[in-house]
Amino acid sequence: MDFNLTEERTMLRDTLRRFLADKYAHENRRALIAAGEPFDTGIYAGLAELGVLGAMFREDQGGFGGRGFDLMVVFEELGRAGVIEPVLPAVLAGGLIAAIGNGRQRGLADEIIAGTHVAALAQGEAGSRYDLNHVETTAAAEGDAIELNGIKTHVLYGAEAQTLVVSAREAGVAADAAGISLFLVPVNMPGVTVSGHRNMDGIPSATVALDDVRLADTARLGAAGEGLEALEASVARGLTAICAEALGAMEAAKDLTISYLKERKQFGMPIGKFQALQHRMADMLIEVEQARSSVINLAGNLDQPRALRESHASAAKNLIGRAGAQVAEECIQMHGGIGMTDEYALSHFARRLTMIDHLFGDTDYHLERFIALKAG
Amino acid sequence: MDLNYTKEEQAFRTEVRQWLKETLPNELREKVRLGKRLGKADMELWHSLLNARGWLAPNWPRAYGGCEWNAVQRHIFEEEACLAHAPRSLPFGLSMLAPVLLAFGSEGQRQRFLPRILNGQHWWCQGYSEPSAGSDLAAVKTRAVRDGEHYVVNGQKTWTTLGQHANWIFCLVRTDPDAKKQEGISFLLVDLDTPGVTVRPIVLIDGEPEVNEVFFDNVRVPAENLVGEENKGWTYAKYLLTHERTNIAGVGFSTALLTTLKHVAGRVKSGGRPLAENPHFAARMAQAEIDLMAMATTNLRVVSAAAKGQAPGAESSMLKVKGTVIRQELTSLLRRTMGPDALPFQPDFLDGGSNAAALGPDHAAAAAPSYFNMRKLSIFGGSNEVQRTIITKAILGL
Repeated sequence: MDFNLTEERTMLRDTLRRFLADKYAHENRRALIAAGEPFDTGIYAGLAELGVLGAMFREDQGGFGGRGFDLMVVFEELGRAGVIEPVLPAVLAGGLIAAIGNGRQRGLADEIIAGTHVAALAQGEAGSRYDLNHVETTAAAEGDAIELNGIKTHVLYGAEAQTLVVSAREAGVAADAAGISLFLVPVNMPGVTVSGHRNMDGIPSATVALDDVRLADTARLGAAGEGLEALEASVARGLTAICAEALGAMEAAKDLTISYLKERKQFGMPIGKFQALQHRMADMLIEVEQARSSVINLAGNLDQPRALRESHASAAKNLIGRAGAQVAEECIQMHGGIGMTDEYALSHFARRLTMIDHLFGDTDYHLERFIALKAG
Repeated sequence: MDLNYTKEEQAFRTEVRQWLKETLPNELREKVRLGKRLGKADMELWHSLLNARGWLAPNWPRAYGGCEWNAVQRHIFEEEACLAHAPRSLPFGLSMLAPVLLAFGSEGQRQRFLPRILNGQHWWCQGYSEPSAGSDLAAVKTRAVRDGEHYVVNGQKTWTTLGQHANWIFCLVRTDPDAKKQEGISFLLVDLDTPGVTVRPIVLIDGEPEVNEVFFDNVRVPAENLVGEENKGWTYAKYLLTHERTNIAGVGFSTALLTTLKHVAGRVKSGGRPLAENPHFAARMAQAEIDLMAMATTNLRVVSAAAKGQAPGAESSMLKVKGTVIRQELTSLLRRTMGPDALPFQPDFLDGGSNAAALGPDHAAAAAPSYFNMRKLSIFGGSNEVQRTIITKAILGL
């Protein structure tokens, strides 16, 4: 056992941390969101140049990383700085393309790694909540073509993407595990309507309507009707990413709060001298360390067989959800009013932490899923 | 001990329910039901409707246009209003300033200000907190220096809720910088239209500029606007804070929230069945409901025990802590109920300015913003930490 990062990962972490400390001031991020910009394309190009996107993919996929700890190292830093640029869809949609795409399709992965192409994962629907297998969007054979119909919801970076990876049903009914296929859909295809919005945490998202979208058979990603397995594996990578991001956000929120407890004086002394707050801060530290361990557990088991991988994914997402809520709520409470202001970075970390609980299954969902996985 | 409502109380409940049914405009009801943000006109309309019925000031003496309702009547009204999705009356003039004027103000001040609170001519806001005086409220630094028939005020207030709509502010100001900090404070009423006053909004975590900073730059305030005696303001401030806490348990709000939560959780599906039937989620909802049932009674016990028209003492700190914890838990559960539909930020829908349908089912748009907004409950009006300290000292004697 060795809990130290490799030299390469240490370098990547340090370079990324410096880059973000230098270029990603909270004020700039806030101004960008206020101006209605989905993200900063210059920053995104910079991240690609640093190798952040390449680190999300294995060597045989055209990258130089792709392991759980690569995801962890990168996303912890992204979380610490509150980065809103589309690295997550590169892991989710880009990861799927690289993992199961055929030779021609994998060309897209090279462009994603270069930061010149954004692909987004369109898997959610109005009735699916957090179930990946709940797919009502249909893919029906129409002569030589396949026709997609349905509405995909909560497509992160959907309005910024050039390509969507869409889950659609070729056979069976809504919640069947079999019969789900994945398709590569260029957003400029006739019948594709993308309506963008922004989420509470500043991340751009979209609703995608698919009306008689005619695709060639070659648009299918992977085998017909067998998309769920790959989708689940990709979401496990996405969960590793957002759990690590949440960890980074927790560390940042915790650091801001510790500084505040030292600086803020009431009743003639720093409020950090009050034992009522000290003990809660100590509890928070313990929970953040537990969160770190759960992300390490997940990252280290990401390439293990499904049962092991998924039980760690659900364990991490559950623990991160609980710790994230505690950190967000307690940090705001210990700051008082200032912690609730849009101007101050803490409220943005709190928003991201809270919204991460609403992505790919919340605390309760993953608790039940963990129980089911362990029973199975 | 009798937990049943008397015939008179039941008749009162029927009367309130009927009035709300007939009077509360649908548009306003829908806004409240869906958690949309209420504008100035919405609040003014609600106040005028209550005032026309004579129900705007539940705590005031009849002589000044109040209802003189007892604790049970107030509880019934709160509960019915919340269940009918009526707005909450603004507390600043009605239940914060007015009790202070009634107890410590001059008759002239009562005659001048109380009718204007009722008829909506004055919209009051609170000038208590300052950047360096939060939990430690007695550390206020805003100075008021006597100059003939005026006080000259300089300084800054913050966290002034809805100050952007207000035209008057009641302030704690320092009139004796040399006295012990609690003993040099006065309670001063300031017309916000006076030259030298600047109100600047603060955008909060839910995207709404609900609070403000208020700056005073050589603001000349007539000396007749001093309430009670100079340098006795801390006594009045504490009196106001206990009054503020008479409804701090927020039982009515929590009851309405619980109703909405059950309604939504009964419709949202998770894994093919309603979320309300999920044993894990059902247990969390039930636990909140059990806590709320007890809180409703704790609230009535404490409020009824206080002498008629008076605010309860340190026990109100108990109501604040537990009442806010329950309400925050319910907003957290409502947010979780929405699943991924809690993600989108939809300010245009929430502001009511857009007729576009919201993304997700009813209540989705407001679920996350109101969860974030309600974090304030455990911070304002004396943080829950301050309340626990009060309980420790005043009740436990530790």
